[in-house]
Amino acid sequence: MSSNGNSGNALPRAGRALPWALVTPALGWTLLFFVLPFIAMGFSSLTAHEGGGFTLSNYSQFFTNPSYWQAMVNSLQVTAIVTLLSVLLAYPFAWILAEQVPERWQRLALMLAVLPFWTSYVVRSYSWLLVLAQNGVINRALTGSGLIAEPLQLANTRLATVTGFVHFFVMLLTLTIFANLKQLSPSYRKAAADLGAGPVRTFLHVILPLTLPGIMVGAFLTFVLCIGDYITPQILGGNNELLMPQLVMMQIGRRGDFPLASALSIILMAVVTVAYLACARWLKIERA
Amino acid sequence: MSVKSASGNPLSILKRHLRAACAATALLLGVGSLAEAADLNALIWCDHSDPALLQPFEEANNVKVNVKEFEGTGAGLAIVEQSQPGDWDVMVIDSIDVPRGVEKGLFEPLPEDKLPLADLFPQVKMDGSTVVGGKRYGITEKFGYNTIGFNKTKVDPADMQSLASLTSDKYKGKVAIYDYYLPVIGMAALAIGKKTADLTEADLPALKAELLKMKANAKLVGEVTASQTALATGEVDILVGGGEWVTAGLAKENPALDFSIPKEGAVLWSQSLAMFKASKNKDLALKFIQYIMSPEGQARLATSSCYWGMPANSKAALTDDQKKVLRFDEQPGFLARAQAYPAPNADLDKKMQDMWTEMLQAK
Repeated sequence: MSSNGNSGNALPRAGRALPWALVTPALGWTLLFFVLPFIAMGFSSLTAHEGGGFTLSNYSQFFTNPSYWQAMVNSLQVTAIVTLLSVLLAYPFAWILAEQVPERWQRLALMLAVLPFWTSYVVRSYSWLLVLAQNGVINRALTGSGLIAEPLQLANTRLATVTGFVHFFVMLLTLTIFANLKQLSPSYRKAAADLGAGPVRTFLHVILPLTLPGIMVGAFLTFVLCIGDYITPQILGGNNELLMPQLVMMQIGRRGDFPLASALSIILMAVVTVAYLACARWLKIERA
Repeated sequence: MSVKSASGNPLSILKRHLRAACAATALLLGVGSLAEAADLNALIWCDHSDPALLQPFEEANNVKVNVKEFEGTGAGLAIVEQSQPGDWDVMVIDSIDVPRGVEKGLFEPLPEDKLPLADLFPQVKMDGSTVVGGKRYGITEKFGYNTIGFNKTKVDPADMQSLASLTSDKYKGKVAIYDYYLPVIGMAALAIGKKTADLTEADLPALKAELLKMKANAKLVGEVTASQTALATGEVDILVGGGEWVTAGLAKENPALDFSIPKEGAVLWSQSLAMFKASKNKDLALKFIQYIMSPEGQARLATSSCYWGMPANSKAALTDDQKKVLRFDEQPGFLARAQAYPAPNADLDKKMQDMWTEMLQAK
């Protein structure tokens, strides 16, 4: 009797423990590789570079030094432009892949679309530098055809940074939007047509709203990866304006000022968190 | 039959595999510890990772030199702080930063009688930095100048004899600035008639004004590769902070690239080798330093594939062509006009870096 009773209690207990057991590796991973480093970084950001001790000066420097502020403004501007351009270019591309390319060719088309990912990020950035340089492909074509007399300043500008970023992120966004478009049931379009909506109206009132989650997820990924990227602005921007990751790296190079670098990183992370919360709220993820 | 059934038992298979894995791990660990005994771990700049430099030492001493590259003293010291004592044997460091390592208790004094100090160019021994408390903690192995690098077919070489050309309208948009604040601030100091060793906080406004004038002429501010690429591809014709470290390596492909030591002078860069106090292979570390400082090692280091620079040892076994590219014979005159990197204290260093940040952000 008691034996039965024990086994009867053990099963629900095991049942309750199973989800925790399954989630433990992910929790452990997050704790080890996100929470603990984040705490360490937070602690470091509150210490003085020289002599240690608690201080808020690393944060106050950001808010009082106009150059540091400017780095954040530059980062937000570049990220916003890149995200917007990437969405505008990726949507039609994904649409063509999902709707116009025959099913049997879609896999090949997708593979061709992601080919740029197979090349080193650094090599790709330097390749863009050579394309946009004064003696690069574009300037040679323009001067050679007589369209312009003097080469344009394309490399080492914000335009070059944005071009490099957009080239990379269009592919990322295309994949997320493509996946979203493929999940849409054809019956939505049929229903819209039955109700008298034309292709444009169907797109604006049915397809676009239903694919917004894919766009937002892709746009958020673009935002996060773009605002934290060091390589592209460093190679293509010519350091004519600093973005936040460059500012962080500057603190480490010679001076090894990890506390200030940590504080700047945490501020950057706070911006990303705000972007995520805005995105989540907009998509009403919290209600799901 | 019983053997067959045992070998087919999943538990037995697992145990057997575990035993094999343990044996393999033990073997690997054993080999690893053997290899460790014959390894030299070096924290270096990229010029030391050239196989042409390392292989002769490895073969002669039957050792493996494990290298880890870093850029900037701060990053290098951070690697050391995150390592276990004894992980590293030798380190390449800016000569002016040797005292930083000594203050942290990292370096071992070097035996002067076992090093070719008498053969070094006297101006690059930099005893003010490499000797601390009467003991030598670093030895200069390579040096050069942060000065004007240029394409002599695109600019008037006579103009390159004055730092004033860098801010002249004549070269607007044809200039790149090397992205390292200390040497370029040093060049700005020379341009306004200040000595790099005497810079104080009071000089910052004048230095900032000079830097902003340079920036107004510049197309880009780039790190090593970017600034080198800009000069090599014709994106710019002048590199502020350039020197033989940019032009010498490209001399074969583009003989039009050259450098000058202007009348106001140039900023001397100097890198040193230091040995770690906690090194487990001090004899081997000393052998490595001796090899790098030998005429043969110096020639290989000076012409390393990553970047060329002048060997500190005046007896370096360079070929005549290599000496010509490095302008070896002109060194006495160059050295007479060169001044050391600014060596600010922590507070001034921070202010200089912030000034550099402002310059980068300036439109």
